[in-house]
Amino acid sequence: MAIDPLQTLLERAFPDAAEVHVEDRTGGGDHFQVTVRSRRFNGLPLLEQHRLVNSALAEPLRDGTIHELRITTRGTE
Amino acid sequence: MSELREKIQNVIETEPVALFMKGTPQFVMCGNSDRALRALRGAGAPVTAVDILPDPAIRQELSALSGWPTIPQVFVRGELIGGADIIEELAATGELEQKLETLLGPGYRESRDEHIIAVA
Repeated sequence: MAIDPLQTLLERAFPDAAEVHVEDRTGGGDHFQVTVRSRRFNGLPLLEQHRLVNSALAEPLRDGTIHELRITTRGTE
Repeated sequence: MSELREKIQNVIETEPVALFMKGTPQFVMCGNSDRALRALRGAGAPVTAVDILPDPAIRQELSALSGWPTIPQVFVRGELIGGADIIEELAATGELEQKLETLLGPGYRESRDEHIIAVA
């Protein structure tokens, strides 16, 4: 999978994000690092922040197009 | 509830620190599982490892129970703490040790043996 569809899914899920970044870690199109900075994360426990990212990417996670996912989330405070 | 799901739930509920991973602590089969294991070891956690690779049903049942899609998954006293990124981040800030101390008691490092449990 290319980076673009993941970027689109995340931008749709976090329309007010200050930053959405997707990186193909290995160039193979299945190991990704995603970074999302959004005010939605302000005050939210890390587990819940990652849950929001996981649910935005539920489909590619379920069908196996994402083999490995690394998540970095930040609030805007 | 399936027998497998019951076994998984039992591990989550009874083991102080449960790490569901790809491979075993002696033979880790995935970079993220390795990161979680290292962070837990660094915090002195008494890790009970469950290899999810022997049967794809383990991962399915686990994710159905936890609502968490990826491996590894770390539970302390039955509470989902997170995957590799969260465990590493909590370890880096010292929050992981605080959490272990809160949930397991201040002497948690004394019982730091690693165990492996097979569920399937």
